[in-house]
Amino acid sequence: MQFDSISAFFDMGGYAFFVWLSYGVSTLLLAALVFASHSNHKKVKKKIAQRLQREKKLRKAAEKQSAKAEQASPKNSVVENRSKNTNEVIS
Amino acid sequence: MWKWLHPYANPEVSYHFVGKLLPWISKITFVLLSIGIVWALAFAPADYQQGDSFRIFYVHVPTAILSMSIYIAMASAAFCSLVWQFRLADASAAAMAPVGAVITAIALFTGAAWGKPMWGTWWIWDARLTSELVLLFLYLGVIALHNAFEDKNLAGKAAGILSLVGVVNIPIIKYSVEWWNTLHQGATVSKMGAPSMSIDMFWPFVFSFLGIAMLITYVICIRFRTEILARNGMRPWVRALITAEGAK
Repeated sequence: MQFDSISAFFDMGGYAFFVWLSYGVSTLLLAALVFASHSNHKKVKKKIAQRLQREKKLRKAAEKQSAKAEQASPKNSVVENRSKNTNEVIS
Repeated sequence: MWKWLHPYANPEVSYHFVGKLLPWISKITFVLLSIGIVWALAFAPADYQQGDSFRIFYVHVPTAILSMSIYIAMASAAFCSLVWQFRLADASAAAMAPVGAVITAIALFTGAAWGKPMWGTWWIWDARLTSELVLLFLYLGVIALHNAFEDKNLAGKAAGILSLVGVVNIPIIKYSVEWWNTLHQGATVSKMGAPSMSIDMFWPFVFSFLGIAMLITYVICIRFRTEILARNGMRPWVRALITAEGAK
């Protein structure tokens, strides 16, 4: 230990303001960088999850609709099936 | 010979590989940085001329050196991406830019806080300080270009060209203290042969340097994984990964 007492340590030989300012700001900036990177990672994951949810919902709605159409006019079932398949391929 | 490297060009393999490294990197960072900071603040001797203000050295010099190293790494990645259209290189360049900007800002700020008690001024338009400020603006420009285009490949190209042009600034920063008369002192650590500092100042410097370098590696790894996910959001493996994590 280079300092005789705790108060001498905090005083930094008279340069307390500059030394603690440097270390403080550096710590703050680095901590903010780490935090921002973590939260950004989570945000991107959440965004992708939301898009997957939306796709699922759309697909379900499309299936429901095609099922309804099939009930209404069974003659067109081949066409309906085909459109359903293409839907799946697209999604 | 290079075959073992080949699978890492695959985003999925890289994503999981970096994910496995992360816990180790964070542990090493914590150990090195704690040792470095405590040693630098409490146990390293005070400079015979500069007194305890010299302790700023242990933050200022590592960040200043690393601000240039990160830039060179980013420019090399940008070069690989531009020449060989290597997508992951682009992702890593995009991951490095914000980290470099923060490190450069720290180097500039701690330099100012050290300059005030030693030179009597926070800022002076001398060669070393000005060229380091230009480096900060280069980083900000690269970040801005990465975010300026919806299409990430186009953005990577634009940002890559800027980072390659900006490489001329690196030797200017490095040799500014020799080419021009400046207030800034010359190299302390990286002199050829024996470093011109005493050994009980050198070791805390090594620890704080490696600690900050590892912390930067940690952050770049996180950002790299984020970039991979964002650029491959439509791929089946990303869908499977997100679905599996959502179920947890």
